[in-house]
Amino acid sequence: MIARIRHGWRRHWYAYAMIAPVVLVLGVLVLYPLAYGFWLTLTDANSLNSARTIGVNEIEATYKFVGLDNYADILFGETAYDRFWSHFIWTIVWTVACVTLHYTLGLGLAMLLNQKIRGRTFYRLMLILPWAVPTFVTVFGWRFMLADQGVINAGLELLNLPTPAWLEDSFWQRFAAIMVNTWCGVPFMMVSLLGGLQSIDANLYEAAELDGASPWQRFRYVTLPGLRAVSSTVVLLGIIWTFNQFAVIFLLFGTKAPDAQILVTWAYFLGFGQQPRDFAQSASYGMLLLAILVVFTSFYRRWLARGEQQS
Amino acid sequence: MTTNTLETPVEAAPARTAPKAVRRRGEPRPLVRIATHAVLIVASLIAVLPVAWIFLLSLGPDKDDYLRPAGIFGKATLDNYVQVLTETNFFHWLQSSLIVSLGTTVLGVLIAATTGYAVSRMRFPGQKKLMWVLLCTQMFPIAVLIVPMYQLLTELRLLDTYGGLILVYCSTAVPYSAWLLKGYFDTIPFEIDEAGRVDGLSPFGTFVRLILPLARPGLAVAAFYNFITAFGEVAFASTFMLDDTKYTFAVGLQSFVSEHDAQRHLMAATAVLVAIPVSAFFYLVQRNLVAGLTAGGTKG
Repeated sequence: MIARIRHGWRRHWYAYAMIAPVVLVLGVLVLYPLAYGFWLTLTDANSLNSARTIGVNEIEATYKFVGLDNYADILFGETAYDRFWSHFIWTIVWTVACVTLHYTLGLGLAMLLNQKIRGRTFYRLMLILPWAVPTFVTVFGWRFMLADQGVINAGLELLNLPTPAWLEDSFWQRFAAIMVNTWCGVPFMMVSLLGGLQSIDANLYEAAELDGASPWQRFRYVTLPGLRAVSSTVVLLGIIWTFNQFAVIFLLFGTKAPDAQILVTWAYFLGFGQQPRDFAQSASYGMLLLAILVVFTSFYRRWLARGEQQS
Repeated sequence: MTTNTLETPVEAAPARTAPKAVRRRGEPRPLVRIATHAVLIVASLIAVLPVAWIFLLSLGPDKDDYLRPAGIFGKATLDNYVQVLTETNFFHWLQSSLIVSLGTTVLGVLIAATTGYAVSRMRFPGQKKLMWVLLCTQMFPIAVLIVPMYQLLTELRLLDTYGGLILVYCSTAVPYSAWLLKGYFDTIPFEIDEAGRVDGLSPFGTFVRLILPLARPGLAVAAFYNFITAFGEVAFASTFMLDDTKYTFAVGLQSFVSEHDAQRHLMAATAVLVAIPVSAFFYLVQRNLVAGLTAGGTKG
């Protein structure tokens, strides 16, 4: 046994030495906080009983172990629907709606840009602007436009259309959130898919055309399969990013607008947007979120692997 | 607004209609071409509008000009910019943003490069698991780490320091860079390593003298991505930086609109000053960025 370890060490020590820095960083900056966070979820820690310094006085932590009470409370406790499940459902709706819009709009624009037309480069540069400018800048642009008497409502009024209270009414808050996030996320999809489209062999289209395939059939049987590798990656990334999207909702509504908060921003609200700050519950939400993502990703990858074997 | 964008995929189908024998491949019919241009123009306008709007507001001297945008044309002025540069914490924020973003970039890429190489070239027990851990860390929602990080930073007295924020950012920057660099190292022919080995270089020597210089474009993409991510990060920066001279831009910009007062005109001017260099930089490297982003995923 020891001999085997020693042999393995001698053979692989270069590799281990090279990954050591990352393992160290991951251990100190990710795994330790993760473990510590998990410990917090088993306690009733909040800003009143955690260790803190007020002036020169250091106050010791006084929170205590409560087992799995936090999880039970979040998932099954009284008002669990309002606190967790309503946000859970909204998060799913948000993720599905945003990623679907990102992908379809991104694909549509990519296909338009993949033709030989004049001004292609110019359009491309314009269309990736939402990605080029930092989100924390553009979201404020949207906030000004969506404000009560902002330009969007002024425009709608001009057309005699209803002027919703975008940033106050809960349905329109959600609508606005999806709209702004779609605006932010389409360029990445568009550019990635454009790359994918350009790597499809033009001969395939020619062959399909000779065989009498209609435009739809060519799209269905040449374009989509050709984009398979790119699509599976960008959709997975898109789902993870959207599910974890913090900046758009936080900057659009702050910690108000409880109905528009997805789970990530809601967890943030519990931990930092209210007094007293409820660290234990916030951390528990974090753990639940991570669990959802890990389970989802493993299924997604397995599903992909199966699809590849079949085709 | 949205209805216009929603129509794009519908329009897309006819746009790809078969070219008849006379025209060259890929050149759409006139009618289709007009429709294509129409859709692209509308989409471009939608893409540009919010940014242009901020620019317009930045020229208006009054904080409520966003309600009367047409009035701005008559009284456009650069006063907001002067005021931002002379009377606000603009340069403090610039300094903080640069320290934090550059710190994250340098640390992230330095630490990640060796790992990317090891995972790309060497087979060792635990390799699959390491890749899986690296991938998993990338999907950490901020809600997982923010509470424990806050507590730990408080205990270590790193709250409200640049170092603390850089360390927090490294938790995402390092795994991501390692994954991305692995993708890049995979594209460098293995023969180069072998040639180095034959010439008597150790694996470290091969890495430092042969591979790193060749991987410069990949390193640049990783560095750039880390920079942009750290620069634009909102949640951790808003929570961990307390002193308003240590805010990064992402936090400083929010501080213009408090509950009592909203200095929208100054905010808009600051936003423009931040957006111009960042987006110019982005346009320079964006092509490499996309290739790098998707390569890591497809090859893993």
